[in-house]
Order: sequence, then C-alpha cells, then structure tokens
Amino acid sequence: MINQEYMMVDGIPVPLEGEKNLLEVIRKAGIKLPTFCYHSELSIYGACRMCMVENEWGGLDAACSAQPRAGASIKTNTQRLRRYRKNILELLLANHCRDCTTCQNNNNCKLQALADRFGIEGVRFPNTADQPKLDTSSRAITRDSNKCILCGDCVRMCNEVQQVGAIDFAHRGSNMTISCAFDRPIAESNCVGCGQCAAVCPTGAIVVKNDVHKVWADLDDPNAKVTVQIAPAVRVALGRAFNLGEGENAMGKIVAALRRMGFDEVFDTSTGADLTVLEESNELLNRLATNPDMPLFTSCCPAWVRYCEQNHPELLPHVSSCKSPMQMFGAIIKAQYSTSERRQVHVAVMPCTAKKEEAARPEFAPGGHPDVDHVITTQELIHMIRESGLVFEELEAEAVDAPFAASTGAGVIFGVTGGVTEAVLRRLAGNKSPSALRAIAFEGVRGMEGVKETRILYGDRQLRIAIVSGLGNAAALIERIKAGEHYDFVEVMACPGGCVSGAGQPYVPQEQKAQRGKGLYAADLQSCLKRSEENPLMMSLYSGLLKGRVKELLHVHYAANHTAQGEE
Amino acid sequence: MGTQKTAAFDYGVLDEILARHRAQPEAIIAILQETQEHYRYLPSEIFAYLAERMRISEAQIYSVATFYENFSLTPKGHYIIKVCDGTACHVRKSIPILERLYSELGLSAKKPTSDDLAFTVETVSCLGACGLAPVITVNDKVYPAMTPEKTSELLITLREEMQNAQD
Repeated sequence: MINQEYMMVDGIPVPLEGEKNLLEVIRKAGIKLPTFCYHSELSIYGACRMCMVENEWGGLDAACSAQPRAGASIKTNTQRLRRYRKNILELLLANHCRDCTTCQNNNNCKLQALADRFGIEGVRFPNTADQPKLDTSSRAITRDSNKCILCGDCVRMCNEVQQVGAIDFAHRGSNMTISCAFDRPIAESNCVGCGQCAAVCPTGAIVVKNDVHKVWADLDDPNAKVTVQIAPAVRVALGRAFNLGEGENAMGKIVAALRRMGFDEVFDTSTGADLTVLEESNELLNRLATNPDMPLFTSCCPAWVRYCEQNHPELLPHVSSCKSPMQMFGAIIKAQYSTSERRQVHVAVMPCTAKKEEAARPEFAPGGHPDVDHVITTQELIHMIRESGLVFEELEAEAVDAPFAASTGAGVIFGVTGGVTEAVLRRLAGNKSPSALRAIAFEGVRGMEGVKETRILYGDRQLRIAIVSGLGNAAALIERIKAGEHYDFVEVMACPGGCVSGAGQPYVPQEQKAQRGKGLYAADLQSCLKRSEENPLMMSLYSGLLKGRVKELLHVHYAANHTAQGEE
Repeated sequence: MGTQKTAAFDYGVLDEILARHRAQPEAIIAILQETQEHYRYLPSEIFAYLAERMRISEAQIYSVATFYENFSLTPKGHYIIKVCDGTACHVRKSIPILERLYSELGLSAKKPTSDDLAFTVETVSCLGACGLAPVITVNDKVYPAMTPEKTSELLITLREEMQNAQD
C-alpha cells in the first residue's frame, strides 16, 4: 500500500493500523511485552510499568499508555529495560507471599511466570510480606491481600465492566489495599459472585473458591450415590489444559473422566437447558398476553439475578420464574432418585463461580436439602483430573447416562451469549423448516458483542429482543427500558461473552473466548435434534415425573429479603 | 446493601449538601468535606446513603475517604489541635510541643483523640505560616511561636473554656 504509516519496533518497520496504543503495535510485531495491569477490555491504568519501552531519545514510555506515532522508533529489549523490569519484579516480590507451592494459582500466575521469564534468581530487598489475610466469606471467591500486587485489574473489572463496585482501592501509599467499604468481608458487600475479578487477577490474590475436597469426600463414601451434571460451556474450555485446542469439544472425554473418578451417573446440563427453553417460552407467550409492557428477563445467570435483587428489586417481577438449567436439572435428578437407598449427592460442573452461591440459596434446598450439593468449576475439574492421574488425552469418549441422556443443540448453545435467545426463537418460530432454523443464526443473536438486538415476527406481532452480556451493559439497557424503551425479551449474562467466559473457566484473553463459542455452535451442528421441544425425554418427563410438579421442580420465586413481593 | 437507611440517623443534612452539588459524583470530595464540616468526621451511616444518591459504590466513596488524610472516619474531639511539622516548624522544635500534647492528654499517633472526645491532636506538613514557627492551630485559630510550656498553659485555658461552656 502506498503511504502506509509505520513505525520502527526494534529496527523492524511495523505498519500502523489504528492501534489504540503502542503496546498493541508491539504485540502485533510479534513481541510479547510483559504486563500486569493491561487488559484490552479494561481502561488503561499504566501502573505496573512492565511495558516500558525506550524511545529514540533514550526516554522511557509505558507502551500501554503511549500513542503510536508514525515514523517513531522504539526499542523493547535493551540492557536498561531488562534491568528495570527485573527491578520492578524484585520490588513486587519483596512484599509478596512467595509460597508458590501452596498457592492455588501455582503455575497459573503472571508474577511467577514473569519472574521465571526474566530470570529472577534472588530478591535483594528484605521480605516485608504481611501475614496472609484471607477473606473466605464468599462462596464464590477467596481473597488473600498478601498476594495482591495492586495492579487494580479486579477493581476496574468490578467497576467498569460489571459496574458492581464491590471493591476499590483503600488508603494510600504503602498502606494501600484493595478492599470493600470499611474493609468488610466480601460476602457482606454488594458482590454478585460473578468472579470476573478472579479471572483477571494476575496472581493468587483472588481465586475461585475451591470445593474439590468436598467432592472427593463424597466420592469416597460407599453410602453415597454421586451424580453429576456438566454445563455446556465446560466442554469447550477444559481441553486446552490437556493439549486439546481452545474451543475443542471434550464432552465425551469429560464424561469418561468423571466415571473413572467414581461418579455413579453423569448427565449433561443441556438437558436441563431444554426444560428451561420450554418453560421460558411458555412464560414469554403468557406474558405477551398478560403484561405486554415490560420485557421478560432471563433468569439462567445467578450473578445477574443477584445483581437485579440488589440494584433493581422493582424488576424482579419481570425476571423469569424459571429456575436456571442447573437448578431445574438438579431438582429433577433428586426427584428421580428420591427412593434411592444410598445418600444422594448431586454435583454440578460449571464455568461459573456464582453457581456456587446459587446452589446454596435456601430457595433451592427443599427441606434443607440442596438440589445441587456441590458446584465445582472447570478449573477445579481440571485439578481433579490431574490429581486422579488420568491421562485425559488418551481417554475414549463416552456418552452420558440414561434416563436423562437426550439433549438438543438448543440446550448446548446456552453456554454462549445469545444462546438462550436463539433456543427460545427456535421454539417460537412458526416455520420449522431446516432453512428457517439456520436463518435464526443470522438474526443478530450470535457474536461476542456485549449488546445485541433483534426483532422477530411472532404471529402478527413483532417482538423486540435484546441480548446483553456484562453487567455494565445490562445496567445501561435497564436505564433505557426505564426511560421508556420497549423490549419483549431480554437475555442477560453477567460475564462478557456469556458462560464461555465464566470466571470458573481457565483464563484466556478476550480474543480467544470466541473460540469457545464457536465450539458450542459446532456441537449444535452435530446434534441430531436442534429444538428443545423435539427432545423425546421432555415428553416423558412432562407426562411422568413432572406431572403436577412443574411449578415445584422447575420454577422459583425470588423473594429477596429487601424486595417487595411481586410475581402474580 | 446500599439501600438500607439507619432509622436514627438524620439524613436531612446530607440531602442539603447533595442538593447543593446536584449529587454529582465529580463533587464527591466537596460533598465529603461539607459532610465532615457538619459532623466533624464522616459517620459510617452516610456511606450507603451517599452511594445510593450519587449512584457510585460504597467502596468508591470509602476509597476517596481513606485516600485523603483530611477525612476522618472516627469522631474527632471538640478541640482539634494541629501541630505543624513542616521544615521550618520542625527545625524550630515542633516535636517537643507535640510530645508535650501527647503526654498531657495521654494520646499518641495511633490514638489521636481523647476518650472524652475533648481533644484531637494531629500533625500537618505545613500551615504556610513559617515566619511564625513553630505554629499550632486549635480549631483553625493560629497560635504562633509556641513552646511546650505555652502549650501546657493553652491546654489549661481550653479546658476551662470547655468547662464554662458546659455550665
């Protein structure tokens, strides 16, 4: 191209193509500049100084917060820069817990990785690390301020992307910490448990609550019958830890691994999702007749439900009364085996930290017995597989168990933003031909964007639908709805991109999360049944187990403690 | 969770302050300053209320309130004594003045306010009155060229003043 603007990076010309900052130009040039506080989806903070580069006058610029300039020439790897980076790492390590072997994020820590990469062989400064200060109050995440490097990633995630604002910096200088207001335990704050803070934390300062030991204990109990369900998003995120590709569907191997670990029966949450599709579609149709002014909000995402309870209790009557697929399925499984002689334990493998809190809600524990006893995340399952010594890559794929073996593609795509909506649209569509089915995918429901909109014709009525992921996007949409904008159906997922980006998944940069979504759409293509109502299991459930118990087993009324009762 | 009011607390004062600043988040420092001016500290009850009215999080307000030395989350004494420890006051022996205050009032850097809420002793880095060094202020009234002895006398006067006001 003529007149293409470019700049020199380590003596190599690199074209400028509208990059927001120098860092992106450098990474495009194939150089992995180290960072702690830079995430493309968060605002620029410029605190960690690891991405410093040398300009042509010998000055230093932080690449994340410097503008690319045509004709400029920078160096990224000089004696001076290497020395500075080492210095920064040593200073961070000087007051950081260095017990890597007992850290939950061992081998999954940026500080550890960069210390290795820059060859830190010793720290010249005295160790001034505080005693561990654990906050174990939350069911979703565990905090240890002793491992915090104050990069602020969690704060910006919580404030900017999620707009929850449970945590922020407190105090100043050497006394600075990340804390809730008045240093209260996180469980007493307005935290919704989405766990995105843990997802972006570069160290072990915020980690997913570890419940693995509880599952092992029940697996070892001969008097316990342990059943398990696997959420859609798990199958496309777990494989990479075992040398499969990002987004590759590892469902069959996961089923095999769970059986080998001792689970008695293995099921697919997609089956629960099929139930959700049927119930939620019915609810939507009822609503269009009885309460056409306000949209029906989805209720699959527990972090969204919690957010709504705290920030918009007046909207709760408009949130679907459907339990989430996990809770529907948990209730069904417990009901199915209620006469079992052994103690029933049901485990759910989820991409999500908020599911841990959801499972513990009293609404889902009839008679004090939770429908889902333990929730473990994809990350925890990876640990369990490793701990058990299974060579995951070599496992033969297996299928899930009867009597709940049937699921549809509509249930599988629940794991990605827009999936719930697409599944409901498939159910509502008048034209059931394969080409009409394929056309739904092009109605604006797919893609990792945080806000999507579509309109479909139902009967003689045009339905306006919004799909949002990321609670900040939900907050903005709610403002618009309150200002009078009309929607009929709103899908909300708390994590940007939906469950594939859940905080329980192994962390990958935003760009790679789309791969996981693609993996789910591929699984949908491969499934024989595409619509939830075609699932033969649904028929037998509604005429059998669910007879007279639909409301009890599949629906819930969220009566939050500070909420006016609302649902009719 | 940010929406619960404490019944006993009078939020009318806050409403006035918020109205003056149209509850703008950008005015958070001014709002906290005026709140502190009224209560002489930042009572914990105000945080949830301000968060709701200004539509920012409690944690964010806490962040601002703990960043600035000037904001106090604990009640301050009737007399707030500020001892200047800027360079000029320091070389003209401000520390012995501070130590005298601490010892007479049984206070320390960690415990700046007396239990009867009569006195709070703090240091400041410069009051901008270097020509009068060493300087202390009591509720913003300036006392120039202080010595430990003059400080002791001042304390006696202040105690009497408070006694008379109570009678």
